[in-house]
Amino acid sequence: MKMLLLGNWAVARGCYEAGVKVATAYPGTPSTEIIEAIAQYDGIYCEWAPNEKVALEVAIGAAIYGRRAICSMKHVGLNVAADPLFTASYTGINAGLLIAVADDPGMHSSQNEQDTRNIAKAAKVPVIEPADSQECIDFVKIGFEISEKFDTPVILRLTTRVAHSQSVVEEGQREEIEFEYKKDIQKYVMMPAMARPRHEFVEKRLKSLKELSETIEINKVEQGTQKMAFIASGIAYQYVKEAYPDAWVLKLGMVWPLPERLIKDFCSKFEKVYVVEELDPFLEENIKAIGINNIVGKEIFKLTGEYSPSFIKKAVETKEIEIPYKVEQKLPPRLPVLCPGCPHRGIFYVLSRLKDVIITGDIGCYTLGALSPFNAMDSCICMGASIGMAHGISNASDKKQKVIAVIGDSTFVHSGITGIVDAVYNGSDILVMILDNSTTGMTGHQDHPATGYTIKGQETYKLDLVALCKVLGCSVVEEINPYKINENFEKIRKLLAVSGVKVVIAKAPCRLHRRYKFTISKRYIDFEKCKNCKLCLRLGCPAISIKEKPTIDENLCLACGMCENVCKFGAISTQKEQ
Amino acid sequence: MKRGLNILVVGVGGQGNILLSKILGEVLLNTGYDVKISEVHGMAQRGGSVVTYVKAAEKVFSPLIDIAQADFILAFEKLEALRWLGYLKKEGTLIYSDYEIPPVSVITGAYEYPDVERILREIGVRAYKVEVKKLLSSLGNSRVQNTLMLGFFSRFLDIDEALFKKSIERNVKREFIEINLKAFELGRRIEMCEVEK
Repeated sequence: MKMLLLGNWAVARGCYEAGVKVATAYPGTPSTEIIEAIAQYDGIYCEWAPNEKVALEVAIGAAIYGRRAICSMKHVGLNVAADPLFTASYTGINAGLLIAVADDPGMHSSQNEQDTRNIAKAAKVPVIEPADSQECIDFVKIGFEISEKFDTPVILRLTTRVAHSQSVVEEGQREEIEFEYKKDIQKYVMMPAMARPRHEFVEKRLKSLKELSETIEINKVEQGTQKMAFIASGIAYQYVKEAYPDAWVLKLGMVWPLPERLIKDFCSKFEKVYVVEELDPFLEENIKAIGINNIVGKEIFKLTGEYSPSFIKKAVETKEIEIPYKVEQKLPPRLPVLCPGCPHRGIFYVLSRLKDVIITGDIGCYTLGALSPFNAMDSCICMGASIGMAHGISNASDKKQKVIAVIGDSTFVHSGITGIVDAVYNGSDILVMILDNSTTGMTGHQDHPATGYTIKGQETYKLDLVALCKVLGCSVVEEINPYKINENFEKIRKLLAVSGVKVVIAKAPCRLHRRYKFTISKRYIDFEKCKNCKLCLRLGCPAISIKEKPTIDENLCLACGMCENVCKFGAISTQKEQ
Repeated sequence: MKRGLNILVVGVGGQGNILLSKILGEVLLNTGYDVKISEVHGMAQRGGSVVTYVKAAEKVFSPLIDIAQADFILAFEKLEALRWLGYLKKEGTLIYSDYEIPPVSVITGAYEYPDVERILREIGVRAYKVEVKKLLSSLGNSRVQNTLMLGFFSRFLDIDEALFKKSIERNVKREFIEINLKAFELGRRIEMCEVEK
């Protein structure tokens, strides 16, 4: 049956059909749904790992044992997992190992725009790149075959528009595949004496992968009727086909190592060949490196952001597109905001009122604390970085500067714990605020070791963050209620004066999470009592807006009561005016 | 439909754009076309401006709808209708909800919420306004704006009503099927009145 399937769901389907036995990940947009979808299938062990490094190690273990395994992550997650990746390239696998990495050109939900192909090249592993959902299913199977035939991890590179687009697929049957485990320390124990010959193996493997790339059916020339020629892969291929349906296209499904003869042959037929690729000039530079010079790439196509058919047309033909309906007026921007009822709001409201404090941020919903109306964040680099940075700032200022690190519960487990260990060990004076909403919020409510539930929703040991921070040696560890704004302001101010690494866990579950039930008593504003001081607006709650005086949208209010807390005139209550 | 059908669904994160696109995409698939849908998750979910693309044709390549290429824009929020207007074809049609969700930039007073009707009149675009606020309160549920708008929009497509209902039943969680079907039917019965140019 033909059906529409999201690219990520199609990857999951491919894994199911390919007989995958172990699937691991840490959530990260745009890769998250892969493992969530795999968790729906029976017969596959599936888990949220605390971070991408651990996730990959789990998958490597499974593959070496002889069971097909997938590990998925977003591009920045591959940085975290780079350590095991580079050496798994040496050990090779036993049963197939696929690493699905989703890049995010355009940074719809990422802190940088990095190109995974560069890491794959550095780690000397092959990369395949599907261009729609059906290819996601097919390429997963091809990936496992390459992995097993060439004894290598394989990277399945996705980008946002493949991962998060739905297109038509036909589903197949599952095939069970198992390999026997054999102890082999020459292959699986990477100490210098064993690793040296494995490096020789890796270089030889790259040569045979190059040969595969010349003949594999996913690298193919699509004949055109026009004397225009393109080389493209992944979503860029779709943009080319839409912009120039009659052109010649060399579609690369296997983008590393490159099919050099195929490319040479293709390019020799044309005066000029356009290489279309989002992000880095990866194909372009590697094609030029084999002495082909009649290609046009980043000199006309941009290095940043997403492409589109019209962008390609415009670059090739240097022609502007006419827009029939133009809005001349500058429209109010609509940046993402903390949801109505979000517990983080109370913390950022307090932080925005502290003076002379530097606040280091982290990756998650709470990154939105950097935006108006709070503007309560000074930096945000990567997961877990807030604690290390706070420690660095504090010491760079001879501990004169007050610093607060904010981090989420999921992120803290991901890579915040080691930051605390460092800060305590080196006698830091920082305040760490764990904004614990008992879920991984930004990616859509995934569980983690401190929620007490697995990916299948089964109860498991619940990591106790208070006990953990105590045992790590923090001088103060306290839980607070983020909704109690006035109380928290005083508490945080006092704690800033205490020496050592102080940890405050602001604990209240995500208001949108289905697992937690909330008593719904919506708030209303009494216009008689309201003095129009607009203090409630400074909460930046999407449910509160102003016409003449502030009002609360009943449909949006999630009844957290934070606004009642900040109103000095008692104008906000659960009493609806008649 | 050789030339294809491009529909842009725009709104604010949380309004059900993705679900609506899925319902619509399946309807189009069941009428025999190749279909692609593109969506964005993550940051955009948190009350940001959200767009999903639904494309149908004999063969669809890019999942994106380009500037000036949409046959229809279906807007669940007024300001977002304006923001994405540049994607509409010259002969395209805008269908928008009268729902207003002021962004933080308006709440904090940095910007004013624009007079959408006036601007649309000035630009002179073919547009239909759906007064969802009234209709939603008659249904007693504010979460079904997407299927209500779909009901209205379905009249612009020459597709059997039953296909829409089947797709709603397949994609909506069981406990919400009934209310969504009700909203769809209500939307389908709304009086057609084009906004004056």
